Amino acid sequence: MASTAVAAPERENYLNKEYGIGSWLFTTDHKRIALLYLITITFFFFIGGFFALLIRLELLTPEGDLLLPDTYNKMFTMHGQVMIFFFLIPAVPAVLGNFLIPIMIGAKDLAFPRINLLSWYLLVIGGLMMIYTILSGGVDTGWTFYTPLSTHFLDTHVIAAALAIFVAGFSSILTGLNFIVTIHRMRAPGMTWSRLPLFVWANYATAIIQVLGTPVLAITLMLVALERVFNLGIFNPQLGGDPLLFQHLFWFYSHPAVYIMILPGMGVVSEIVTCFAHKRIFGYKFMALAVIAIAVLGFLVWAHHMFVAGISLYAAMVFSLLSYFVAVPSAIKVFNWTATMFKGSVSFSTPMLYAFGFIGLFTMGGLTGLFLAALGIDVHVTDTYFVVAHFHYIMVGGMVMAYMGGMHFWWPKISGRLYPENWGRLAALIIFIGFNLTFFPQFVLGYLGMPRRYWQYSPEFQVLNVLSTAGATILAVGYLLPMVYFLWSMRYGKHAPDNPWNAAGLEWKISSPPTTFNFEETPVVTWEAYNYDEIPEEVPVG
Amino acid sequence: MADSPVLATHNPDLQHHFATMEQQTEAAIMGMWVFLITEIMFFGGMFAGYMIYRFMYYQAWLEGSQHMDFWWGTINTVVLLCSSLTMALAVRATQLGLRKTTVTLLMFTILFGLAFLGIKAIEYYGHIVVDHQFPGPGFRFAGANSSQVEMFFSFYFAMTGFHALHMVIGVGLVAFIAYEAWKGRYGAHYYTPVENVGLYWHFVDIVWIYLYPLFYLISHIHRK
Amino acid sequence: MFSNTFPLWPTRASTISGQVDALFIFLLLLCGLMCVSIFIAIVVFAIRYRRRPGHVATQIEGSNAVEFAWTFIPAGIFLVIFVWGAYIYFLERTPPKDSMDVYTVAKQWMWKFQHTEGQREINELHIPVGRDVRVIMTSQDVIHSFYVPAFRIKQDVLPGRYTIAWFRATKAGTYHLFCAEYCGTNHSGMIGDVVVMEPAQFQSWLSGGGPMGSLSQTGQGIFQSLGCSTCHRMDTQGRGPNLMGIFGKPVLLEDGRTVTADENYIRESILSPAAKVVSGFKPIMPTFQGIVSEEQLNALVAYIKSLSPQPSGPAQTPTLKVPDASKADSRQR
Repeated sequence: MASTAVAAPERENYLNKEYGIGSWLFTTDHKRIALLYLITITFFFFIGGFFALLIRLELLTPEGDLLLPDTYNKMFTMHGQVMIFFFLIPAVPAVLGNFLIPIMIGAKDLAFPRINLLSWYLLVIGGLMMIYTILSGGVDTGWTFYTPLSTHFLDTHVIAAALAIFVAGFSSILTGLNFIVTIHRMRAPGMTWSRLPLFVWANYATAIIQVLGTPVLAITLMLVALERVFNLGIFNPQLGGDPLLFQHLFWFYSHPAVYIMILPGMGVVSEIVTCFAHKRIFGYKFMALAVIAIAVLGFLVWAHHMFVAGISLYAAMVFSLLSYFVAVPSAIKVFNWTATMFKGSVSFSTPMLYAFGFIGLFTMGGLTGLFLAALGIDVHVTDTYFVVAHFHYIMVGGMVMAYMGGMHFWWPKISGRLYPENWGRLAALIIFIGFNLTFFPQFVLGYLGMPRRYWQYSPEFQVLNVLSTAGATILAVGYLLPMVYFLWSMRYGKHAPDNPWNAAGLEWKISSPPTTFNFEETPVVTWEAYNYDEIPEEVPVG
Repeated sequence: MADSPVLATHNPDLQHHFATMEQQTEAAIMGMWVFLITEIMFFGGMFAGYMIYRFMYYQAWLEGSQHMDFWWGTINTVVLLCSSLTMALAVRATQLGLRKTTVTLLMFTILFGLAFLGIKAIEYYGHIVVDHQFPGPGFRFAGANSSQVEMFFSFYFAMTGFHALHMVIGVGLVAFIAYEAWKGRYGAHYYTPVENVGLYWHFVDIVWIYLYPLFYLISHIHRK
Repeated sequence: MFSNTFPLWPTRASTISGQVDALFIFLLLLCGLMCVSIFIAIVVFAIRYRRRPGHVATQIEGSNAVEFAWTFIPAGIFLVIFVWGAYIYFLERTPPKDSMDVYTVAKQWMWKFQHTEGQREINELHIPVGRDVRVIMTSQDVIHSFYVPAFRIKQDVLPGRYTIAWFRATKAGTYHLFCAEYCGTNHSGMIGDVVVMEPAQFQSWLSGGGPMGSLSQTGQGIFQSLGCSTCHRMDTQGRGPNLMGIFGKPVLLEDGRTVTADENYIRESILSPAAKVVSGFKPIMPTFQGIVSEEQLNALVAYIKSLSPQPSGPAQTPTLKVPDASKADSRQR
């Protein structure tokens, strides 16, 4: 624990209030639950990362020479399932959101602290089921579980994997439910909707998707499991079942799920950019509206994953058009972040470097989305490495960058310690370089026509694959570094002041780390969000 | 409702992180509503599938629904509506502080719930054991479109099965609430849990109100 | 050649591939421009307004005019991309009338092709240059996807129904055929070659396979041996509908709906005869699910199509059946 060995006069806070395993496993403190989540998802991140490295090593040569084809298929399946359901979806909401949302709106806790703990337990139970799946031989459906492959043609642990994700899905639903009620009902006096930090807006929009989308995935995977256990025949083509029905139901959740993964990251970046430009956000109202628009429109574009799947010509056109609509609010956000730096006072601290990385990579990921939404091009590049590169630019280049930025930004608040700034900047740089080297060649591979999920490939694709694998090793180093210095800083880092960045927002007005109930007395908010005109600038860090 | 705010602030049921009892109640009720929305989406996936296939395999759907037991279905609907009535009355009784009435009404709700599950079990027995209509290798159906009819029964068992599962959970919740009510936990000062369980119970009821016509009634109208 | 070991642009070998590339290049330039301007703005702002003693941030609320500008201008540009993309897609998804049909059955992990002239091949598809080719595909097991990068076309292959892809090759050569939809263990081995030949060579390849009936003749044989012809008679006296000339025509059903008698309807009528019964007939036909294989089904469909010579593309193309005198080394390229 962070503060055990340190000098006696430390103030009482949520970390040192109680000790012992029980005080953590049965806690209802949203901040402690956030740390439980942090440990859980970090664990799964490295499991998923391990699978990714095996995939990249296999693809170093065109022949399938490192893994068996079934093993390779299991690797990309479980890489996807672990990273999406056990890392990306809980990452920002369940760790940073859990920790910060009550504080940012001036509340003592989430509305349902015990349900909050329950959702962590559900994630752990789902996680254990996933680990059981992995250890007992794995699953090779692809993370998409497409029927009838998953229902009738594989004899791996499909049921266990589906149930694992089902349970983890309920964790996500309960987190979303908790956030929605909390944001509606627990705001401090004066904390109106138009004064909410954009991080809260982003998590609110995310919560809406979690609550509306996840149950559809839950029932879909349940039906897949029932089809395997009881021979129910809802997706069985032998009985006349439509294989496209599964895809529609699956993407009805799994496309909005992309926004579950990216919206909270956008929230983080809004906080970081304003703080390190020491400036109000440009166009607050439009930024808040944009996240809600993305959440709503995100529900209307699912079939753009199915342009070559056999849907009708006109259905495809409607979904293509709607996909362009959802690109508009994303563009608005990028423009507003950029404009926020205009005439600001820009500091190059570690979180800001991650924010730069996020904006750049998200822009590229988003713009390649325009390629994919263009029907004529999608026919050529869908199910190729172009798609793989595109969504890794959003998920890893966007979301993981934002998550890392957020972890650095709020680390002083969470742990009460400062991390070593220069190591932080170095790691950000390594991650940025490694990421681009890994995934940029995949755009080219995709347009050349290399299909995804290929265990062996044509020799002409090798050079780009080698580049990609080289990038992946650099990326791995980049991700290990922060892990090391964060752990180091918990014991040896300098004590953090309450507001090390001179940032706006309620979380910086309370002690670092916060006390169990966050506020001595309920704050009364009289200021707008990002009131940087009222806050002195930070002295440039050495 | 009738409590003075002074009383509310000293309410022992107020959890530490809420400022007022009113805020706590509002949060709990809203939480339940949001949960019910997720439930609608959960069942919605199956309803969507049902609708699509009904459109694709209209003939098979017609034949399949001829094999529903119209009378058991109708009786079950009545039973469930009665249970909703007793549930609603139980919530009212709690608000009025009538402990014994509350417990009695909740017991009736449980009774109706169990009756529903019993009748459902009789129907399942008929479909599975007598008529071999459970999908899979054991499925027997003499007549045209047998594979699509098998799909119809897949939907029947999936949808009514999930509904029955919700009923089982509901009976458990009502039993818990009844026990707490019997101990005198609720009254005019605090009845949110009763209200929330009531909301859940009515939701499960409403799902049946959609399942009943989709499986039982449509065929009845079309019977030749 | 260096470009063979490390190509940076895929070969263009179909009429549509140029159109796809044109839109792709347009998008590359447009998005490259957008990207570079955003990056430049970030770098310039970050350096010009870097935090330093004596420099204070100017607080700006935002500007509605600017917001509306960067909402509606991108939206307009996106609309242009949408229309362009949709136009190409429309071409890709609308097979021309006078095309050559190839029936395809995909299975784990193999492509099986049946030419209407009777030739069959596995993992290799021979087609002529300059001719519209329709690939009528179905799967025996899971979902696969027919993908030829050099043609820029891809179409998922579904079990239980037909999907159709079409293309017109412009350049002779051998091109990759990939399965693009993950289909189990040997997904990456479900690959093959599309061999595009000059028409003359293609003719001799067609006639090189030895004597065999055309696909519709095979279908006719199956039609008779399964006893279909006892009910589906070529007059109005049969217990089943007369199939002469029905292909591509609207059919009135017993329940009042109307469907078009396309490949998928014929297929469904063989496998689930009671699902869509023609008006005026009784659902007495037994199912042939499990009795006919996918290949036999294709032959039956080809036969029934051959009974309707005119409307939607020729099932048989006599022009191609002329035995070609010019012998060519078509098989091995």
